Order: sequence, then structure tokens, then C-alpha cells
Amino acid sequence: MDPLEMMKNGVPETFYLTLSAMLFAIGVAGFMIRRNIITVFMCIELMLNAVNLSFITFAHQHKQVSGHLFAFFVMVVAAAEAAVGLAIILTVFKNRSTLNIDEINTLKN
Amino acid sequence: MDLFFFSLFAFIALICAVNVVLQKHPISSALSLVGVMASLAVLYLLLGAEFVAMSQVIVYAGAVMVLFVFVIMLLNAGIEVHHGRSWMAKLLGFPAFLAILGLLCFFVQRGFPNVGSVRFGDWEGGGAQQVGYALFTEYLLPFEVTSVLILIAIIGAIVLARKELD
Repeated sequence: MDPLEMMKNGVPETFYLTLSAMLFAIGVAGFMIRRNIITVFMCIELMLNAVNLSFITFAHQHKQVSGHLFAFFVMVVAAAEAAVGLAIILTVFKNRSTLNIDEINTLKN
Repeated sequence: MDLFFFSLFAFIALICAVNVVLQKHPISSALSLVGVMASLAVLYLLLGAEFVAMSQVIVYAGAVMVLFVFVIMLLNAGIEVHHGRSWMAKLLGFPAFLAILGLLCFFVQRGFPNVGSVRFGDWEGGGAQQVGYALFTEYLLPFEVTSVLILIAIIGAIVLARKELD
């Protein structure tokens, strides 16, 4: 079916998936170009959110609740990851007094 | 009406996401990220995922972002400094971003060309009752494993962030 025809009875699911892909690409770009370790972490959260949108859209497509549960588990893991990651950032800052990932290069070479 | 709400909140989400990447100060990025998460919660509601929309607002836009803002405040993080970039990063960065974006969108359009459309209220299987039922029957084991994971995360965070006691 043609997307323009489908728009008469609602939003095509492809639009949601495309939005999710765009958010993921923006998150990847931010992960690459930002130099502040906290902002890099926020870009990872952005990517996780984009994937969650895909899960919810597929759940709607198949009319099954499993996709919601996967999104929920992703959310839980992201919360745990944020707690541990920010604790690591605190420790790094305490030892190196910098947040710039260019200067945290002890393991390089 | 559906298309109007989708376009509005998709636009807000995209603008805020670009803002997360382009802002120089971490606190501005954090506030933009709250905007992304709130508009995604509205999109979840449009897709019929009431429970996940509410936990998105409470867990993500509430708890996780407060944690981020606390850490930014605690470390007094300022405007980030850029050292010199290699010419290759300057030259290839934006085209590479466009390539990733184009590839992802292409595969989405190609792989799921006509998968149906979304209308608000056409599927009501995402309420707290249905999610809770699936969580405690079919997905009981992952749910229990999650509690162990969170316990480990709490202990790990305390061990990492505590002051040296000796």
C-alpha cells in the first residue's frame, strides 16, 4: 500500500521506525564527536531510547506485549548501567581531575 | 490528528537530540535529553504502550536524568575543550554521519515497506494489567534475574564511589 493512502487512517509504522533510526544515528554521531565523558554517556542513553522506540513499534505491529517487556528490561539495564557508569566517572575524576576523554589515555600504547 | 501529534513530537525529539550533540555545556545536553525522553513517552502513548510510557517518564526522565544532573553538579563540569582534530575527522565526519543515517533509513524503508499504520486507541494491549501478567508468567525468570542485576549494580556503585576507608 502507498504511504500517502495509509496516512488517511493513521501514521504508518515506517515513520516511527525511521524516527528511531534517525535518533540512533544522532546518538552514534554524538558518541564519536563529543569529548566530555558525561555527554558521551548521555549519547549512549539516546541510542538506547531509539532502540526502545523500535521495540514498541514492533510490539504494536504484531499486537503482542513482548516488545513492551523488552523495552522495560532495556530501561532497567540502562538505569543500572547509569548508576555504575556515573560511579566510575566519579572515581576517574577523583583520580585524574579531568572529564576530557582525550586526556584519559593511560591504557594507550 | 494522529499525524499531527506524531509530527509535532517527532520534531521535538529530533530537535532536542541534535541539541544534545551540539551543546557545549553538559547541563544543556542533559536538559535536551529530558526533552527527547518526554516526547518519546508521548509517542509510546500513541503506540498504545501506556505502562512503558509511564515508566519512561518516571525512570528515565525522572531518576536517571536526576542522577546525571547530580553528577554534573558534583563534578562542576564546565564547557568542554576541544583539542585539535585530525584533518580526517574534520573532512569525513559529516559525510560519515550522513552515510550512517542514509543506510539506516534505507534498510528501514526496504525491510518494512508496508507494515500497517498506527491509530491512537486501536490496540490496548499495553496497559499495566497485560504487562504485569506477561511479566509474572512468561517472563518470570528474566524478571528475577533483573533483581539480581540491580543488586549487583547497587553494590558496585557503592564500592566504586565510596571514600577510601583506610
